[in-house]
Amino acid sequence: MMEFSWSVLADPNTKWILMGCMLLGLMSGMIGSFAYLRKQSLIGDTLAHAALPGICIAFMLTGVKSLPLFFIGAFVSGLIATYSITVITRYTRIKADAAMGIVLSVFFGIGIVLLTQIQHSPNGNQSGLDKFLFGQAASMIHSDVYLMMGVSAVIIIACTLLFKEFKLLSFDPGFARGLGFPVGLLEQLLMFFLVMTVVVGIQAVGVVLVAALLITPAVAARYWTDRLGVMVVLSGVFGAISGVIGTLISTTTSNLPTGPLSVLAATTVFGFSILFAPRRGVCAKVIRRIRGNEAIRASERMREMQRQDIRLRKEESL
Amino acid sequence: MNQRNRGSEVSPLTVEGLTVAYQKKPVLRNVSFEVPEGKLIGIIGPNGAGKSTMIKAILGLLPRVSGETEIYGRPYKEMRRKVGYVPQRESVDWDFPTNALDVVMMGRYGHLGWFKRPGAKEREIAMDCLRKVGMADYAHRQISQLSGGQQQRVFLARALAQNADLYFMDEPFVGVDAMTERAIITLLNELKAQGKTVLVVHHDLATVKEYFDWVMLLNVEMVAYGPTEDVFTKSLLHQTYGGRLAVFDHEDEAILVDSR
Ligand SMILES: Nc1ncnc2c1ncn2[C@@H]1O[C@H](COP(=O)(O)OP(=O)(O)O)[C@@H](O)[C@H]1O
Ligand SMILES: [Mg+2]
Repeated sequence: MMEFSWSVLADPNTKWILMGCMLLGLMSGMIGSFAYLRKQSLIGDTLAHAALPGICIAFMLTGVKSLPLFFIGAFVSGLIATYSITVITRYTRIKADAAMGIVLSVFFGIGIVLLTQIQHSPNGNQSGLDKFLFGQAASMIHSDVYLMMGVSAVIIIACTLLFKEFKLLSFDPGFARGLGFPVGLLEQLLMFFLVMTVVVGIQAVGVVLVAALLITPAVAARYWTDRLGVMVVLSGVFGAISGVIGTLISTTTSNLPTGPLSVLAATTVFGFSILFAPRRGVCAKVIRRIRGNEAIRASERMREMQRQDIRLRKEESL
Repeated sequence: MNQRNRGSEVSPLTVEGLTVAYQKKPVLRNVSFEVPEGKLIGIIGPNGAGKSTMIKAILGLLPRVSGETEIYGRPYKEMRRKVGYVPQRESVDWDFPTNALDVVMMGRYGHLGWFKRPGAKEREIAMDCLRKVGMADYAHRQISQLSGGQQQRVFLARALAQNADLYFMDEPFVGVDAMTERAIITLLNELKAQGKTVLVVHHDLATVKEYFDWVMLLNVEMVAYGPTEDVFTKSLLHQTYGGRLAVFDHEDEAILVDSR
């Protein structure tokens, strides 16, 4: 089995695909950290699901399968989705989480209808759009990987240059605004990166699960560190590892889609973090409690001994 | 810089006809006042009176329906660096992955401008501010592992790092221990001694007379505003709090208990 996967690695095409999935994991891990800390875990999910109708419409209008076109379609429908959420929360009594749920399901529903439509049309079979639900890394071509390189480079540079701004925005947006930072603009920039990540990730991981790759590595990384910089890097690394593992298994066993496998890999990392992370992990907590109890018992014993000592001495002096 | 302003008697803050609404309901109606320089000013009113809203609107964090505000005679946008802000402690998630020193350094971000990372100089300023609030030993502590009072002091240190002339503090005394309360009020008086002006949202009516030079009574509308001895009276407080106030007379001194 292992040898089989190494022989697959020798295939240059697979190297490209691995590279693509690694980059995808890296950028979604990094940008996902900020989304998670800003309590916007659901936004990634909403954007991803909302991207589906945009992609379908882009395909229906042009009849070609090209990532840049899909990007535009997904971006536009993502924008409409976020705008809808804003309108719903501002003008009704519906809360943000419910609004996201509504928007997500409506857009996804429309997307599925359009997808079915496309597959029943003459050139629908070649479209490969059905793969967009759960993702198929193997369908990536060189230009897709180039696009991923470009996007991840932009995100890494932005997160490095604007680290201080993103940190302040995530921790205390009100204070950031008071200092004169254009909070709306920065928020939109993060949202834009989120959309970019989701869109380039859809082909490999699929609409349904790409959001999991945004949030799961971030949550796992949070377990290991109390420093934002470390967390962002770690989350990127976890994402990259998940992407690589998912792709390796998917290309070697051919039938399984990449998305679920990558997400399972990320979930494994997450499970490991919950259990074994220092200080925050379950094991660390249990050990600390046992040690703490031990220490308390020891000091209690000591006091008891002292008390007896005093009693004895009193009895002696009597 | 203070000297220049004092000479020309420009008020640190003037507010004219400020009205703010969430959705359609006004929560702050037509509030106007002028703040004298170098005073500690308590903003007092029941829950939901619009105290936080007023501060946020002045700082441009909320859109306003109408009204003008000026900081040292100029629009806020030009005078940001003269203004420091301590938000309500609950307004942020204290489980954020960062330490006390890092939070205090955020007070320097406005001075740093875009892209530049805080360096040794910012670190030094931040440590200095932590020292001033008695938190130097906790500089590298993850912020979720600080007590409520310590978190409040970190917020205060962050505002100090802004090195402003006019400060807004939203309920800095809520949920802090007696020692922290002492530390904060000492600090406020130090700021005052340096000619700085501080507006403080305050809840404990028992300490108002001791802490503040001026008082603003607010309940959606401005009820009263002026030197504490003129404004902090039983009848005006009744007017502000309505029936929600218990007043116990005690040798002419009104000791007041906020029954929120
Ligand atoms: N984001 C918001 N959306 C809608 N209403 C709000 C919001 N924030 C505050 N309010 C309402 O505005 C009023 C004033 O709130 P606030 O300024 O926080 O009062 P205070 O700080 O004096 O306790 C309250 O009635 C409150 O319910
Ligand atoms: Mg308030």
